[in-house]
Formats: sequence, structure tokens, C-alpha cells
Amino acid sequence: MPTLVSHPDEVKVLSRRFGQGAADIDKYLELDGYKAVQKAIAQGPDNMATWIIDTMKASGLRGRGGAGFPTGLKWSFVPKQSEKPKYVLVNGDESEPGTCKDHVIFLHDPHAVIEGTMIAGLAIGSKMGFIYLRGEYRYLLKIVEKAVADAYSRGFLGKNIFGSGIDFDIVTQTGAGAYEVGEESALMESLEGKRGVPRIKPPFPAVVGLYGGPTVINNAETIASAPHILLMGGEEYAKIGSERNGGTRLFGISGHVERPGVYELPMGYNLKKAIYDVAGGIKDGKKLKAVVPGGSSCPVLLPEEIDVGLDFDQMGKAGTMLGSGGIVVLDETVSIVEFALRTIAFYQHESCGWCIPCREGTDWIKKTLTRVYNGGGNKKDVANVQYLAENMMGRTFCPLGDAAAMPTLGFVKKFRKEFEDYIEGHKAGTPIITVEQLVGAGH
Amino acid sequence: MSTITNSIFTPATAARFDHLVTLYPVKRSALVPMLLYAQDEVGYVSDAVVTEIAQRLDLLELDVRNVLSYYSMLRTKPAGKYNVQVCTNISCMLRGGYEILDHCKAKLGIGHKEVTKDGTFSLEEVECIGACCWAPAMQVNYDFHDNLTTIKVDEIFDTYRAGQGKDVK
Repeated sequence: MPTLVSHPDEVKVLSRRFGQGAADIDKYLELDGYKAVQKAIAQGPDNMATWIIDTMKASGLRGRGGAGFPTGLKWSFVPKQSEKPKYVLVNGDESEPGTCKDHVIFLHDPHAVIEGTMIAGLAIGSKMGFIYLRGEYRYLLKIVEKAVADAYSRGFLGKNIFGSGIDFDIVTQTGAGAYEVGEESALMESLEGKRGVPRIKPPFPAVVGLYGGPTVINNAETIASAPHILLMGGEEYAKIGSERNGGTRLFGISGHVERPGVYELPMGYNLKKAIYDVAGGIKDGKKLKAVVPGGSSCPVLLPEEIDVGLDFDQMGKAGTMLGSGGIVVLDETVSIVEFALRTIAFYQHESCGWCIPCREGTDWIKKTLTRVYNGGGNKKDVANVQYLAENMMGRTFCPLGDAAAMPTLGFVKKFRKEFEDYIEGHKAGTPIITVEQLVGAGH
Repeated sequence: MSTITNSIFTPATAARFDHLVTLYPVKRSALVPMLLYAQDEVGYVSDAVVTEIAQRLDLLELDVRNVLSYYSMLRTKPAGKYNVQVCTNISCMLRGGYEILDHCKAKLGIGHKEVTKDGTFSLEEVECIGACCWAPAMQVNYDFHDNLTTIKVDEIFDTYRAGQGKDVK
């Protein structure tokens, strides 16, 4: 069972109900549960949608899945009139390596996700929401299913929610093991009972989404933030964060730190402080070697680069990304060659095979790095890996190709000497791996 | 009532599937959960499972197989009664995920995607399972085990072998 952690620098907005038994509907109600959705309904049928969207815009909340798109703006793109039904789709297919924040939300505060889904529904004029959890999260699915059933039995879901005259239904859904399904268009394909391959954009989901209807797709953390924002007010929420990055975020700090865990920190909080103060510094007093700051697809940062604020803009300026908020810390003992190989092996395994640059690129980078790792590399391999990665960038339907290329480029550029030294040092007497071995390597 | 006259599933699962197809605007949306729940009951996605699910959803068996082959949790061969899935992705790797995997291999005497002779355990090296901050971690069927050590792994195996492990479904 995930252990809860705490630090004085935390600002508990999203996590304020964690550890208090709020998966129970009565406890949730006692802790201001379902007040936000009622506050929205109290604005009246004519003003409700505008009020929600304006509040969300004022909050500066940006998508917590990784792209950082302003949530209020996203909701405002959904056409008011639509012949086809509109849908809300909650992305709980959390699978970015280094990320386990939604895990904690579903475990400790599932009703916040449900209430957020209702709020998104009211904002766009949808009558139906889906909460999609990755297949591995079965015990969490059961918690969410129970929460949904409890919300129905109290009359919070279904017909005429809170006397508004509006109907709203929520269906929970499970995946069955596919990283790619975390991409919004592949998520819709999966929910439609198909292979999780991406759709070409445009049209964007806000116009043509699930079952061809206008669809808002948000990360579970984004959705769970909505009730808190409506209760405290958009401006108040925005004030907690940094410029153009409203509020707080759940940061999962893992790897070589003394106190790994999911911490709720204000947007813009210093990364170095997050590692050294909040997570207690590097494990066993070792030296820091590198940080992967926002899930495995984010380019690596060197120790001298981590004095930077954790928000979408500052991380972008630092040449990396805030991503999913999963901070992975590497100490001096880690071989970057091995780490880069493990990273690309993941993307090779998870590439859905739809786009050739991604399918072939991830495979060849993995093959090349496997050869290097096994001692059969030559100096050209490093340049070759870089060439492959550069040719994947921006050439695929969905961002998985970029997600594989970006960290790879970060590793080979920032640790080029380590790769070259490794190749030099592992030459003598080590066999070159055969093609058959390569094909069978890993999974 | 189900239109399927002689379902291969237990009455409870058959009833669950009857209900599942009514939840979505399009029946086919039930496909992925159905395959997973069928696997939970049968142990794997057998030919008979494919046939019945195709029938239930008015799909070709080919459509079902096409989807089945995409998702890594779905399997077409039986696994052990307890399927041990060890994460070796980055956060787990940094905290000893590979040592845990090697220990499991040695302890169970099987490799990746293999089943013990008595059918009790099977082993899989898996990608990130979303337990990064409590690494190293593994799942036994759907049950999570985290902050693992080799000693803890031994205890977990003993618990399951004694039939006292949790079986989340």
C-alpha cells in the first residue's frame, strides 16, 4: 500500500483529504465534498457553464497529464451546439515511468475525480463521463466503482443531479496494459473497443472525439483539481502557483532519494529544494548524477541545471519538460548507458507500431544501445543513435515518438563522453551480440 | 437476459457481461474490459472466450483477436495461478528492481513469461506499474507489493503458496 508522506513546504489543496478516509462518501461530504458542483449549479442554468469556464481560466490550471494545456481554454473549445452527444473522458491510464500521482488520488480521494468529471460535464454541456483507469489499477478501479455506485445511490449522479434538471452519468472503464493508450486519441480508440492507436489531428477531440462527438479529455489530477478551484475561487488558486502556472501539483519523487513519495508542491517550487529538502536529499549520502524531471520522456538534467522552478515555462526554458511531475533522481553509481537503454527499451515495447519513424526508430535505438551495452559498440553508434532520435522528432501521429527521442537525445548529448568511454572500456574480449540475440533481447 | 444460450462463463460473469454492454453508447466499448474479466475467470483468453465475446458484441472473431493482440495484459496461454509481475522500469531499476527479478527467477526456477511446473506461479518482467515512489514493486495478479526486499519477496511467495494471498479481482 502506498505510504503517505508529508513535508512542511507542501501546500495541500488536492491532497487535503488524503489519509482521511475520503473514499467513503460520508467522509467526503464532511470534508466539503460535492459542494463545488452544487456551487456551480447555483449559478443558474444560463450562467453555470460560463462561470465554471471563467473560474477555471482564472485559476491558471494547466493540464497535469504532461502537455500543460490551459484547462479552462480547453473546455471553452467545445462547441455549445452539437448534433452528437458530448463526452467527458478522464484519463487515468497513468503509465509514464516515474509517475504514480493518480494512483494516490484514486486511492484516497476518488469522489474528487467524480465531482470534477461532473463539473467538466456541466461546463461543456455533456451528459456522460468516462473514467478510464489502466488495467493494472484493478484495486483502484474497485474503489472508484464503489464511489460511483455510492454517488448514484445518493442521487448525486443519474437523473436531475442536485435538482438542476440536468442528467449526468459516469461509466468506469479499465484498460489492459498499453502505455500508448495514455495518449488522448488512442485512449478514445481503446474506449471504443479498438487497438489503442492514435488518430490524426485535426480534428481535435473537442470537436470530433469519442464516438464522433465533442469530447473533453483531461488527466485525472486535472479533473480532481476542478472542485477545489471552484470552491476556493480561480484567482485564489492561481496565487498559489507561479506566473501562468496556477496552483499546486502532485510531484512524485522517486529513485535515489531518502524520502521518495508523492508531495503536493506549489507550481514553480524549486527542483533542487524538492530533491534536497522535501525528499531528504540523495540516498545514503551519495552524489547526484542526473535528474529526469517529469517522467521518463523528459530530457535529463545535470546537477548544475536543477536550480530551476517546477512549472511548465521554467522547465521548458531549462531545455526539458515538467511532464507528468514524476521526478526520477539518479545518484553517481548509475550507468547512463544502462539507464538510456532501459528507457528506450520501454518505448520500443510500448510503440504501437502505427507510425514507422517511431516503430523503427525505437527498435533501432534499442538494438544499437543493446550492442553498446554488451560491449560491441563503436564510436559511430553514439552519432547513429542521435541521428535516429533526431529523425523521429515531430514525425509521428502522436507524441510517443518524441517521448522516446527526447530523453535519448538528452542522454547522448549530455553524457556523450560517458558513452564513448564505455564503448572504449568494454571493447576487449567482449563478444558482439548477434542479431538473433538482439531480436530476443528484453521482452 | 443474455442472448447467449450456453455461455462458457459462470452465471455471475455472464450476467456482468450482459450488463456491461448496456453501459456504452456503442456495444463494442465493452470489448477490452470483457476480455480482461474473461481472462480473470478462465485464466487466459482461450479460443472459446474469443468466440463468445465476438458473439456477444456482434464482432468478427478477427476483430476480437486484433484487439486482443494489442494489450500486454491479455494472454492467449495460461499463466500460473499467481502471476508475479516484477517492474524493472527506471524508478524500480534504481532501487533494485532487477535484483528482485533475478531473485524471483532463482526462487521460482522460471524465467520471463514461464510457469512453474505445479502451475502455482508464473513470472513476468513488466513495464512501469505506477508504484514508482514505493519502488521496487511488483504485482501478484492484481495485488500490489511495494518497497520490496528479497526477504519480503520470499514471505510474499510463502503467503500465496499457503493460499493466504489476497486475490484482487
